Amino acid sequence: MDKFRMIFQFLQSNQESFMNGICGIMALASAQMYSAFDFNCPCLPRYNLVYGLGILLVPPFILFLLGFVLNNNISMLAEEWRRPQGQRGKDRAVLRYMFCSMAQRAMIAPVVWVSVTLLDGKCITCAFCTSVPVEILGNTSHPSLSQGEMKQVLARIPCKEIYDGQELIANEVAIRYLRCISQALGWCFVLLMTTLAFLVRALRPCFTQAAFLKSRYWSHYIDIERKLFDETCAEHARSFAKVCIQQFFEGMSTDLAAARCHPPRKAPADAGEATEKLLGITDQGTMNMALKSWHRCKPPLHLHPPALPSGNGWAGEGQPPVHPPLPRRETAAYYSRV
Amino acid sequence: MDRFRMIFQYFQSNSESVMNGICGLLALASVKMYTCFDFSCPCLPWYNMAYGLGIMFVPPIALFLCGLILNRQSLVMLEEWRRPQGHRKKDLAVIRYMCSSIMQRAMVAPVIWIVVTLLDGKCLICAFSSSVDPKKFVGFANASLEQVQQLLAKVPCKEDELMRNNTSRKAVSRYLRCWSQALGWSILLLFIAAAFLARWLRPCFNQATLLQARHWSNYIDIEQKIFEETCCEHSRLFAHKCILHFFESMWQEIKLQSFSLPREEEGVEREEDLLRGIRHQDQVNKLLKMWYYEKPPLDVGQVTQRHLLGRERSPPPWADSPGTRSKFPQHTDV
Repeated sequence: MDKFRMIFQFLQSNQESFMNGICGIMALASAQMYSAFDFNCPCLPRYNLVYGLGILLVPPFILFLLGFVLNNNISMLAEEWRRPQGQRGKDRAVLRYMFCSMAQRAMIAPVVWVSVTLLDGKCITCAFCTSVPVEILGNTSHPSLSQGEMKQVLARIPCKEIYDGQELIANEVAIRYLRCISQALGWCFVLLMTTLAFLVRALRPCFTQAAFLKSRYWSHYIDIERKLFDETCAEHARSFAKVCIQQFFEGMSTDLAAARCHPPRKAPADAGEATEKLLGITDQGTMNMALKSWHRCKPPLHLHPPALPSGNGWAGEGQPPVHPPLPRRETAAYYSRV
Repeated sequence: MDRFRMIFQYFQSNSESVMNGICGLLALASVKMYTCFDFSCPCLPWYNMAYGLGIMFVPPIALFLCGLILNRQSLVMLEEWRRPQGHRKKDLAVIRYMCSSIMQRAMVAPVIWIVVTLLDGKCLICAFSSSVDPKKFVGFANASLEQVQQLLAKVPCKEDELMRNNTSRKAVSRYLRCWSQALGWSILLLFIAAAFLARWLRPCFNQATLLQARHWSNYIDIEQKIFEETCCEHSRLFAHKCILHFFESMWQEIKLQSFSLPREEEGVEREEDLLRGIRHQDQVNKLLKMWYYEKPPLDVGQVTQRHLLGRERSPPPWADSPGTRSKFPQHTDV
């Protein structure tokens, strides 16, 4: 358990390594999804192309969007992009940096899907089986069929059990040919992507290093500022709620005492902390009324000024009033105590 | 638990061991990729050579580039190479050392792929089955040239109807596999011998220069890491001050609007401090709206000054007269 917590903490502390972790998990999930997926070529002339290319291209697009969705920074980018300028200028370079780094990470899972699909070969075999060069691979002495019939026969190549064109072109020959093309495409794609990634990483220090350092600093800053602001607001909300509730209980106890026409019981000097915490509500009836009031009529989001401590050195002033004035329910501003 | 943490910290602290770890992972990934890969030779005259040699050489290039990309030190080296000289001279020996150590680590996975491919034999059989001398094999000696080409091209495909029970096919296959494995073992021996000699003979040449180069390359790496950490720490403090400044300026504005609020006393409850004078729903909404519509400028110089002078609640400079008081606090450059 501790071990997991430590790994989790490590990944969390460093935002970049956390995003890399998510990226890696998505890449593995992409490969796993492909192997779990039950590919079923329809073996019909036009459906093959649509199905094959659909399986090749639609899931990567979904994975790309998912990569953006799972990235926490997307909302940060959107906020920074749409905020009014106000007193703080907007730096387009920072926005570009944030978008590029998110896009790079989101590209990994789709690239893995496309590579695995091409290297496996089933998609391309399904999609392009009607385009196999029969004149090169097939039996030239076979009586020629019409275009449509030929396509019907060739479309069944991926489905070995129902293939009936063995005399026209051997099933294994066609599948080997198509798979060879698919794997060649796959490796070329992998090489292309790796080269692109290498160039992007290698050329950056040669051209834009200073601008890059600036953009990276300010994009981290925006992220940290947002988190700190949320923390500060949460802290403030906590204090607000605490004071609001305290004032609610004090108000209740004062109200009830006034209703019973005697001053509130002043806590004896040596009563201790527990009595203070009771906030003047000391019997079942009062408590029930307080709970009912909390449900029926929550206090307004408007805190009274803090009560001044006695003996605050205001020479010449009288004692502050014995009981504090009744709390106003309307949203007045401040009232003086002098 | 402690042991785990120590191992983790060790891997993290020493970037050389991190790079060795990545190198090892890539090598394992290379072997795994080869075993998962479904090799299927096309068994057609020109396609065989292209496919076989392609499978043997294209993935190693991709693995080499991956090794360079995943290695953090390659970026450090490039930055050191391209940086303007400034006040610090550039030492080419350090850059050369870093380059050579990066290349050595990046070469491991490609070499493993090539060796595994050769030891397995399928690639070479596929690529060179059409290039063997047909006269050496009984089954192919008497066929015409074109037929021989076609037949030889089908040798890698055991299941093909023409080749199913052909003993000459097995002979060609064994012959090519023998060559392939010999080549594989030779390459492996060559690389290990080269690595052995390089490590053994290195102390005999320029040991002092090597120590210096290694020290300074380590230094550059650590310096960059610490710079990044310092920047992160700095941006955290900057953000903290900026937000405090923002809350304080809201508090100032509220105080200006309500003239009778007493000065802050000593020993006020901690909760009141945290509230920072923002005690109404409207005030909170206004604060949040202002945070969105007018983020504070990136300038905490004034805050630092005020904190240095002590926390007196002097009204800000713009609040001298009601006439000059603007709706939102402006920042003044001191």
